[in-house]
Amino acid sequence: MTPITRIVLLLGLVLVLGGRLFSPAQAATDLAPLVAALGQGGYDQTEQAVNAITATGDSRAAPVIQALGDGDLYARKSDKSVVIARRKGSDLALTDPITGADLGTAKSSELEKVRVNNKLRRVVRSAIGTLTLMSPDRNTRLSAANAVFQARDADALEILDTAIAKETDAQVRDAMENARAAAILNSQHPEAEKIEAVQRIAALGNDDALKVLNAVQSSAQGDLRTAAAKAIAGIQRDLAFWNAGQNVLYGLSLGSVLLLAAIGLAITFGVMGVINMAHGEMVMLGAYTTYVVQEAIRTSAPGLFDYSLAIALPLAFIVAGAIGLVIERTIIRWLYGRPLETLLATWGLSLILQQAVRSIFGPNNRQVGAPAWMSGAFDVDHLTITYSRLWILVFALAVFVLLNVLLRATSFGLQMRAVTQNRRMAASMGIRTPWVDAFTFALGSGVAGIAGVALSQIDNVSPNLGQSYIIDSFMVVVFGGVGNLWGTLVGALSLGVLNKFLEPYAGAVLAKILVLVLIILFIQKRPRGLFALKGRAVEQ
Amino acid sequence: MFSGGLNNFRRGIGAGRILGALAIAGLMAGTATRALAADDTIKVGVLHSLSGTMAISETTLKDVMLMLIDEQNKKGGLLGKKLEPVVVDPASDWPLFAEKARQLISQDKVAAVFGCWTSSSRKSVLPVFEELDSILFYPVQYEGEESSRNVFYTGAAPNQQAIPAVDYLMNEEGVKRWVLEGTDYVYPRTTNKILQAYLQSKGVKPEDIIVNYTPFGFSDWQTEVSKIKSFGASGAKTAVVSTINGDANVPFYKELANQGVKAEDTPVVAFSVGEEELAGLDTGPLVGHLAAWNYFESVDTPENKAFIDEWHKFIKNDKRTTNDPMEAAYIGFNMWVKAVEKAGTTNQDAVIDAMVGVTVPNLTGGYATMMPNHHLTKPVLIGEIQDNGQFDVVWQTKGEVVGDAWSDYLPDSKNLISDWRKPMSCGNFNVATGKCGGKGS
Repeated sequence: MTPITRIVLLLGLVLVLGGRLFSPAQAATDLAPLVAALGQGGYDQTEQAVNAITATGDSRAAPVIQALGDGDLYARKSDKSVVIARRKGSDLALTDPITGADLGTAKSSELEKVRVNNKLRRVVRSAIGTLTLMSPDRNTRLSAANAVFQARDADALEILDTAIAKETDAQVRDAMENARAAAILNSQHPEAEKIEAVQRIAALGNDDALKVLNAVQSSAQGDLRTAAAKAIAGIQRDLAFWNAGQNVLYGLSLGSVLLLAAIGLAITFGVMGVINMAHGEMVMLGAYTTYVVQEAIRTSAPGLFDYSLAIALPLAFIVAGAIGLVIERTIIRWLYGRPLETLLATWGLSLILQQAVRSIFGPNNRQVGAPAWMSGAFDVDHLTITYSRLWILVFALAVFVLLNVLLRATSFGLQMRAVTQNRRMAASMGIRTPWVDAFTFALGSGVAGIAGVALSQIDNVSPNLGQSYIIDSFMVVVFGGVGNLWGTLVGALSLGVLNKFLEPYAGAVLAKILVLVLIILFIQKRPRGLFALKGRAVEQ
Repeated sequence: MFSGGLNNFRRGIGAGRILGALAIAGLMAGTATRALAADDTIKVGVLHSLSGTMAISETTLKDVMLMLIDEQNKKGGLLGKKLEPVVVDPASDWPLFAEKARQLISQDKVAAVFGCWTSSSRKSVLPVFEELDSILFYPVQYEGEESSRNVFYTGAAPNQQAIPAVDYLMNEEGVKRWVLEGTDYVYPRTTNKILQAYLQSKGVKPEDIIVNYTPFGFSDWQTEVSKIKSFGASGAKTAVVSTINGDANVPFYKELANQGVKAEDTPVVAFSVGEEELAGLDTGPLVGHLAAWNYFESVDTPENKAFIDEWHKFIKNDKRTTNDPMEAAYIGFNMWVKAVEKAGTTNQDAVIDAMVGVTVPNLTGGYATMMPNHHLTKPVLIGEIQDNGQFDVVWQTKGEVVGDAWSDYLPDSKNLISDWRKPMSCGNFNVATGKCGGKGS
C-alpha cells in the first residue's frame, strides 16, 4: 500500500466511522432549527414549523410534537429557545425537546407557552400519526393509523405503504389499510383504485366511514360518486338499525339512573308511605360525601384515587342514613298518617338542607373526578358504550338485588314488612315498631346516599343536585306501583327506554311532557301502578 | 318511651306547627340583611339570588358589588358621602325579584340597583323600574330585543357575542354545518332565531342547521350528543353553538368527553360557560372547545391583574376565578360612579341623562362607552378551554363592537333603533315609519 492509498483509506474509515458516530448529532442539529422555529410566532408559523418537522420523518420529533399538542412546549423568554416544561412543585422542570437532557427548573414567568389552537391540534394529530407509524409499540402504531385515517392526507401514502409492508399485527395492518384507503380518496390516484377504497371504507360501516364517503360523494363524479352514494345508503340502513339498539342502551342507562334515584324513595314512600320531599337532598349529601372523600384523598393519599368511589360508598350510606335517622326521630314520626303536613315539612327540610350545604361548601359546583376505570367509552360493533354509564347500570342492579335480599331474607326485612302490613299486629308480636320505622327510613335515606355517589359521576355536584331527581323519582315509584321494589325496577327502566325512544323524534322537552301525560293516563287505568300490591295492606 | 304510632300522631300537632314555621324560616333564610338608614350615605341596591338554582352564578356578583362599594368607600365615597350596600335575596324566584326591587326602590330608597342574571328576572323587574323611575344595571350577556330608559345593559348583546363567534367558526375553522343546542327559555330561543337568520343570510342551507332545546337542569345528554356525532358525520365541518345554561352544562361536557367528541373535529362554542362553570369540571378532555365573551380571566393586562388581586384579597381565597359578568358589573359600577360625579347628584333622571357617553376603562386594555341605546362598546374575545380551567384567547375583534339592542337579522326588529338622548328619547324608534314605539316594520 502506498502512503497515499493508506491516507485515503484512513480518511475513508474516519469518514465512515465519523458518519456513524456523529449521525445522531448531525440529525439533531438538523432538527434543532426546525424545533426552534416552533416557538417563533403565531399559529401560522407554528403550523409551518410542525409541517417542516413532519417532512423530515424523524421519529425523534414525535415527543416534541406531542408536547406541543399537550401544551407542554414553552419558549424561554431570555433566549427564545424551545423547551419542554412540566410542572414540578411551584416551578417548571425543563427538558431539552430533542435530546431529553435535563435543563433544570424555571419559574413560569420566565417561559412563554407555545400556544395551540384547534387547527394546530389537527395538524399535530396527523403529524404524530405520520411520525409514529413505524413505532415499535403496537398500540402507538394503532393510534397512529387511526390519526392518519382522520387526517385523510394524500402525502402520507408513501409512509403508509412502507408501514403496511412491515406490519405484522393483523389489527394494526387493517387500520393502516383503512387509513390508506381514506388517503387514496383524497389523492390523484386512478378511479378504479378509489372505488376499491370506497368499498373498503364502506365495510367499516360507522360514522367515521360516513364522514369520508360523504366528502367523496360531494366532490366526485361518475362511477365513483355512484359507488359512494350506494355505500352511504347501505351504511345508513345499517346505522338506523343500530340506532334503535343504541336507543335501548341509552334508555336502560337513563332507567338505571332513575332506578338509583328512586329506589330509596321506593322504601320511604313505597313501603312506609312517607312523602319525603327531602329525598333528593339525601342523594345530594351522598354526592357531597364523595367530594369530601376525593378531596381528602387528593391531599393525603393521591394513590388511592381510583378507589375513592369504593371508599365513599359506605361513608355516603352512613352519612345519609344517619341524617335520615335523625329526621325520622325528630320530624317524620310526629307526622305519620298526615301526608299533607309531611309533604310541607319535608319540603321545608329540603330547602334547609340545600341552604346548609350552600353555606358550608359554597353555591358553586364541586369537582368530583372520575377514576380511570370510569372514563371513556368502548365500542361493541356499532354501539358506543361509555364506562361510566355501564358501571352505573351494573351498580343500580346490584343495589336492587341487595335491597331485595335485605327485605326478603333478613329478620330486619321481615320486621319491616310486618310493620308496614299490619302495625298493631306486629307490635303485639313484640316488634318495636318505632325503631323499625326509624331504621327503615334510615335505610331509604342511606340508599339515596349511595345513589348520590354514582350520580356524582354524571351530574353536577351542587346544592341543587337533588331537586332535579325528586319529581322523576316519585314518577317512577307511582308508575311502578307503591310498595313494590320490582315495580320500581320495571318502572324506572321502562320510563328510561320510553323517554329515549321519544327524544330523537319529539325533542327532550316534549319527550318529558309526553312521558308525564302517558303516566297520568296509565294511572287512570291502573291506579295502583304496574305491580299493584294485593291483600289487606292495600285497604288501609 | 315509644308507644307506637297512633299516640304519637296526636302529640305531633304542636311539633307540626313548629315545623311549618321552620319551613318558612328556611324559605326566608338569607333574606334581607338590611342596614340601618343613615342620612350621610348613598344607598346602592344589590339584587342577586343568594339561594335557589341561580345562587351558583349570582352569589359571586353580589360579592363583587360589595367589593366595588368597599373600594369606592376607601377612596372617599361618592359626592362626599359613603356608599351603603343594601343586599336582598330574591331566591331565584322571578316574581320575588319584582317584589324585592320594589322594596329596594320605595322602602330603602336606593340610588341605583345592580342585579338580575336571567332574562326572566330582568323581564320581571322591568315594569317596576319603569313605574318607580329608578336605575338598574344588568351585568349579563342577553338576547337583546329590549331597550329601557331605566336599564343599562352592561353585558353583551347578541352582536357582541354570538355573531362574532359564529363568524370565527365560519372563517377560521371552515364550519359548514351547525347544531344550535340550547336550554328551553327566552335567551337561547331568541339568540338561536337571530343566529339562524344570520347563518342563512350567509348562505348556509336550512338543512345544514339543526336546533335542539332541552329543559333546565337537563342531565341525560346521551341522545343529544350522539345526534351531534351523527350530524357531524356528513363530511362537512360541523360545530355546536351552545346556549345551554347553568347546571346542565357540566353533564353536557362530561358526555361530550365520554363519547369522544373532540374540539379538533366538532368544536363546541358556548355563550354561557365561563371560568366559574368550568371550576366544577375536569377540563382535560375539553381542551379546545370554545367560549365567546368580552372578558377572560387569562387576559394579560395590568388592569385585570389588579382586579384579580383585589378580588382574591376581598374574598380571601386565591383560587376563586373571575369571569365576564364580573367585569360587566365592574364596568357598570364605575360608569354609575362617573355619571353621578358628572351629574353632581344621585337623582335618577339626572344620572340617566349623564350616563350616555360615559367612558371607563375595561379590564382587557380598552374602553367601554355607554351608547345612547344604553348598551356598551365591548371587544369580543374567542377563547379555547385549557386543561387548567382557563381560556386561551385565540381570536379577538380589532376594536370594540357597539352593542345593538335590536337585531338587524330579525324581521320584527330590523327597522328599530334605540336612542335615549333628547329629543328622540325612544327605545324602539322605527326608522321605516319614523315613529316611536311598536314592533314590526
